Amino acid sequence: MENSTIQDITSSIESKFPNCVITTDSYGMSNIVCSRESIIDLVGHLKHDLGFGFLTDICGAHYPLSENQEFQVVYHIHNLYKNVRLRLKVNLATADLAIPTMVNLFPAANWMERETFDFYGIIFEGHPDLRRILNMEDMDYHPLRKEYALEDETRSDKKDSFFGR
Amino acid sequence: MSELKINQNGQLTSLDTVDGEIATLNLGPTHPATHGIFQNILKVDGERIISAEPTVGYIHRAFEKLAERRPYQQVTPITDRLNYCSSPINNMGWHLTVEKLIGAEIPKRVDYMRVIVMELARIADHLVCNSVIGVDTGALTGFTYVFQEREKIYDLFEEICGARLTTNVGRIGGFDRDFSPVFFQKLDKFLKEFHIIFDDFTNLLERNRIFMDRVIGAGPITGERALSYGFTGPNLRAAGVDYDVRVMNPYCSYQDFNFDVPIGKDGDTYDRFLVRQEEIRQSLRIIHQAKDNLPAGNYHGDVPSFFLPPKEEVYRSMEALIYHFKITMGETPIPAGEVYHSVEGANGELGYYLVSDGGRTPYRLHFRRPCFIYYQAYPEMIKGSVLSDAILTMSSMNVIAGELDA
Amino acid sequence: MVNIVEQPEGHEGQGFFATSMDKAIGLARANSLWPLPFATSCCGIEFMATMSANYDLARFGSERLSFTPRQCDLLMVMGTISKKLGPVLKQVYDQMAEPKWVLSVGACACTGGIFDTYSVLQGIDKIIPVDVYVPGCPPRPEQIIEGLMKIQELAKNESLRRRNSDEYQKMLESYNIETTK
Repeated sequence: MENSTIQDITSSIESKFPNCVITTDSYGMSNIVCSRESIIDLVGHLKHDLGFGFLTDICGAHYPLSENQEFQVVYHIHNLYKNVRLRLKVNLATADLAIPTMVNLFPAANWMERETFDFYGIIFEGHPDLRRILNMEDMDYHPLRKEYALEDETRSDKKDSFFGR
Repeated sequence: MSELKINQNGQLTSLDTVDGEIATLNLGPTHPATHGIFQNILKVDGERIISAEPTVGYIHRAFEKLAERRPYQQVTPITDRLNYCSSPINNMGWHLTVEKLIGAEIPKRVDYMRVIVMELARIADHLVCNSVIGVDTGALTGFTYVFQEREKIYDLFEEICGARLTTNVGRIGGFDRDFSPVFFQKLDKFLKEFHIIFDDFTNLLERNRIFMDRVIGAGPITGERALSYGFTGPNLRAAGVDYDVRVMNPYCSYQDFNFDVPIGKDGDTYDRFLVRQEEIRQSLRIIHQAKDNLPAGNYHGDVPSFFLPPKEEVYRSMEALIYHFKITMGETPIPAGEVYHSVEGANGELGYYLVSDGGRTPYRLHFRRPCFIYYQAYPEMIKGSVLSDAILTMSSMNVIAGELDA
Repeated sequence: MVNIVEQPEGHEGQGFFATSMDKAIGLARANSLWPLPFATSCCGIEFMATMSANYDLARFGSERLSFTPRQCDLLMVMGTISKKLGPVLKQVYDQMAEPKWVLSVGACACTGGIFDTYSVLQGIDKIIPVDVYVPGCPPRPEQIIEGLMKIQELAKNESLRRRNSDEYQKMLESYNIETTK
C-alpha cells in the first residue's frame, strides 16, 4: 500500500516538475533534487495537493569539493495522513547563495532558516527577520563551513600539542 | 481568552487598543522562572503583553560542528547534553540512527531493554516539567515529592551505566552489559512504590481548584497553528493532534506494546499538564509490559566492527584484538550514505540527519530539536495574556535550554 | 542536644560570651550563605536535585535562594557559559555586594568542559574571580555540597579587612572589575 502511495506521489511530481531528479535510497526515503527556482512551487504543490502538511526540518550542508554546488539546503517534509516522508535538496553555488524563503508556506521555517543562515551564510530571500540566532550578532564568519576550525582561533591558553592537534 | 479588558477609566475596551504607555520589560536571560537561559523583550500595556521578542543562543555549544570531529561512538556523550532531563532517549536515538545507516540487525532483547530505559527517562522528564509548572504557580510541595522519585530513577540509571544524569548509556549495537538481577529488583521496587508518591502529587494538583483556575486558558494554541509551527510531542498532542513517532514510525519494537496516546483539546497549560500526567501512566504501562515479556537473547547485535569484543577474547584471539584496536581508534567501516531517523523524545520528534562519507567521523550531523522549533510560537501564544501566564506557558512547554541551543 | 555549629574560642561567663569579632562574623557568614543559582545547563538539574529533599542544601544555611544579585552572598555558576552570556555573568557579579564568593560547578564552568568550541567561554575565571571549583560532568550532589562546605571554610576564616586590601583590589583590577576605592 505504501509503495503505491509513493509511486503516485513521485509520478505526480515528475509530471508537474520534469526538472527534478527523484531517487529512492536504500533506507526507504525518496530524495528529490530540484532547482531553487522551482522549490517554492514544488513545496506548495506538495502541501496543497498531496497532503504534505508538516515541515519536519530545514538544514544546510557544505560540500566544498563539488564544483558550483558547494552548499545544499535540505528540507524534510512529512505527510501525516499517509505517513510518507520526503527529502528535498537544493544545491547552491558559493558565488550565489540565495534561495527563496519557505516562511509563507510553513511558519515553522522561520527559525530553521535563521539557523541555516547563521551556520552557512545562505540568504533566504523574503525572510521577515534574517539575522543570526544562535551565535553572537557581531560574529563575522559562518562557523559550520568546512574551512573554519571548531576551536576558537584566538584562545591562547591551550597548547595544541597536549591535545593531539 | 477574553478579547476585552478594563482600561484606566474603568471602561470595557478591546484588547487591541492601547491606552496607556507601552512599557518595555526585559524578561532577562537570568530569571528564576524561565527555566533555562532565554531572553524575552516584552512590550506590555499595563499587565497585558502586546508583543514578545525572544533571543536564544545563550548556551550555544556547537554540537553539530563538534560531532564532525568525533568518531561515531564518541558522539554519544554529546547527544546526552541535548535534552539533559532525559538523556537516555537521545543516546538511543543516536544509536538507532547509526544502526540504520550500517544496516545492523538488533535482537529483540536489546529492543525491549532500550524501551525500558527510554520510558524511564520519559517519566523523569515529565516529572520535572509537571512539578515545575506547580512551582511556578507557587505549589512547591509537589516539587519536593517528585524529586524524591527522580532519585529512584537516577538509582536505576546508575545501576545500568554508572551515571545519574548524562548517562551515555548503550553502545552501537546494543548495551555493553546485560541488566543485572539487582537492576530488576530495584525496578520492581520502583514500579510497586512509584504510584504512591505519584498519586500524592496528582491529588495535590490535578483537581485542585486554585491550580485549575490558574492554568486553564493560559497560553492556548490551536491544532492547526501548532502543526504549522512544527510542534511535536506533548505540546502538539495537548492541542488535539495525535502524532506520536512511536506509533507512526515505530522503532525499537514499539509496535509490540499496548499503550494509549493521550490527546488534549484546547492546547492550554492545563491540557499540557494533563497530557504529561497521562503519558507518565502510559510509560509505566509500557515498562511493565517490557519487563514481563523480556525475551531471552543477547544484549547486543552482531556487529563486531562496532561493538567491543569481550576482554578475554581480546587477549587470546587475533581478530578480536584487531577489532578492539580499530574500534577504540575510531576506524570503523561506516558506509557512505545519508539517513534521517527520529525518535519520540520527551518533547517531541527528535530527529538525527546524518550524512556520512565513509570516514571515521560524521560528515554532517544535524539534530532536529523539537524545543527549538516549537519555541518560535511562544510570542504568539502569550500575546494578550498577563505576565504570570506567560511564565506558566513557558514552563508548561518544557523548553530545555540545552536542546534549544545545541 | 544537637550541636549545630562548633563554638569558637572565647571567654564564657554568667550570661555572656566574649570572642573575637572576626570569629563571630565568620561564624555568622559561613552558616547563612544565600546562594544565587546561575544555572544554565545540565549541572542546573543536579543543583535542583541538591536542593531537593534527598541531599538538602538547606541544612547548610542556604535555605533561601535569591535570584537577585543584590541580596545574595554566593554566586553558584552551574553549567556552560557561552561567550554570548559572558557579559551577563559579569554584570551579575558586579551587582553583588561585598563580601561575595563564587563557586564554579561543573567542568564547563571551570574550564569549558568537553566543549572546546568557538562559542563557549573556556572557564568563567576568564571574566570573574572564582573561589572554589567543583569538577565533574555533572558533579554529584555530594560534590556540590563539598564545594559549598569549602566556601563555608573560606567564609569562616576570612579576615575582615580582606576585601579592602591592596592585593584584593589588584586582583579585581586584573579582571577589569571597577573598584570603589
